[in-house]
Amino acid sequence: MKISIYGTGCKNCLNLAKNAKMAAEELGLDFEMEKVEDMTEIAKAGVMSTPALAIDGEIKAKGIVLSKEDIKDLLQ
Amino acid sequence: MIRYLADLLIYKLFGFEAGTRLGDSLHFFVYDTIKILFLLAIMIFFISLIRSYFPPERTKKILEKQPKFFGNVLASLLGVVTPFCSCSSVPIFIGFIESGVPLGMTFSFLITSPIVNQIALVMLYSLFGWQIATIYLLSGIFVGVIGGIIIETLHLENEVEEYVYQISIDKQEIEELNMQERIDFAKNEVKDIVSRIWKYVLIGIGIGAFIYGYAPEDLLTQYAGPGNPFAVLIAVILGIPLYANVVGVIPIVQSLLSKGVAIGTGLSFMMSITALSLPALIILRKVIKPKLLIIFVTVVALSIIGLGYLFNFLLI
Repeated sequence: MKISIYGTGCKNCLNLAKNAKMAAEELGLDFEMEKVEDMTEIAKAGVMSTPALAIDGEIKAKGIVLSKEDIKDLLQ
Repeated sequence: MIRYLADLLIYKLFGFEAGTRLGDSLHFFVYDTIKILFLLAIMIFFISLIRSYFPPERTKKILEKQPKFFGNVLASLLGVVTPFCSCSSVPIFIGFIESGVPLGMTFSFLITSPIVNQIALVMLYSLFGWQIATIYLLSGIFVGVIGGIIIETLHLENEVEEYVYQISIDKQEIEELNMQERIDFAKNEVKDIVSRIWKYVLIGIGIGAFIYGYAPEDLLTQYAGPGNPFAVLIAVILGIPLYANVVGVIPIVQSLLSKGVAIGTGLSFMMSITALSLPALIILRKVIKPKLLIIFVTVVALSIIGLGYLFNFLLI
């Protein structure tokens, strides 16, 4: 499973990445995490409000720092 | 009620005397701090609730097929309500241009959005009343519309970096949030914004309170009052590098005004702080060439200076 975090590295993006990592670890998933920080790459993915979260290439949330629990729901 | 609380605390509990410099400064500090933080929390919640209905993806969809002028007005209005942090301005720019939103409308959106800062709006309302807050809101929209139309008229499409036109964007979906998610979004905004800005609010009110109690009036009236034709110009030049502290600047401006600084000068100062910030310009440079960047800065700076003089002239 591939988790992607879109964001330029501001605090919100870091928090989202942290929550996603914890969620995946607590579920015991086999995952790979990718951080997309280049602004043109972010735009290409169709993200206009950061931070955004994608699971296996599919955008699941934009412009919001999801909590660990919310991410767990998405991962399951 | 807040005034009563501040009276009680400063004059009764701590025994400072009303009418003395120290007493008045402290009273100003306590009164403003309680009032501003309270109002900020409540109003950011409701503003964020409204903003949750206008993610950038929806704003883009609305703007895709609008006629000139009306589209610029709409773009500016949406600039007020669409939430995004400055690090998203490049993805938003690319997204707008890619889907065919005209360059001028894109700029109307990008100009108004930072000028009409929701926190600044709440603070202006709480410190100066709704008239000044409305003037600030309307002039921010006005600057965005004018700026966008000028950029459109100059046909600067080739001043956008070429790669922007070559990007094709994956399918976009607009998320539909339910009410609980909107409330969560608004709550998060309150928590995030208040925890980020309270320091600046306190510092700003502190400096404001000091000026309120101690600064000599004649001096400020002489240098920054309606009589000095260069005051607005200088205020705008000083305002550009001050981005991060806009919330701290408003209480300072409030007390400067009480000491004789002209209102247009104060408004121009605040707008220049949010509209033209160095970090935002550096980010924008990624998608537009230097010529367009210079035109953008010139148009916005001149509009803000013009508004400053207009208000000084009208509101004396």
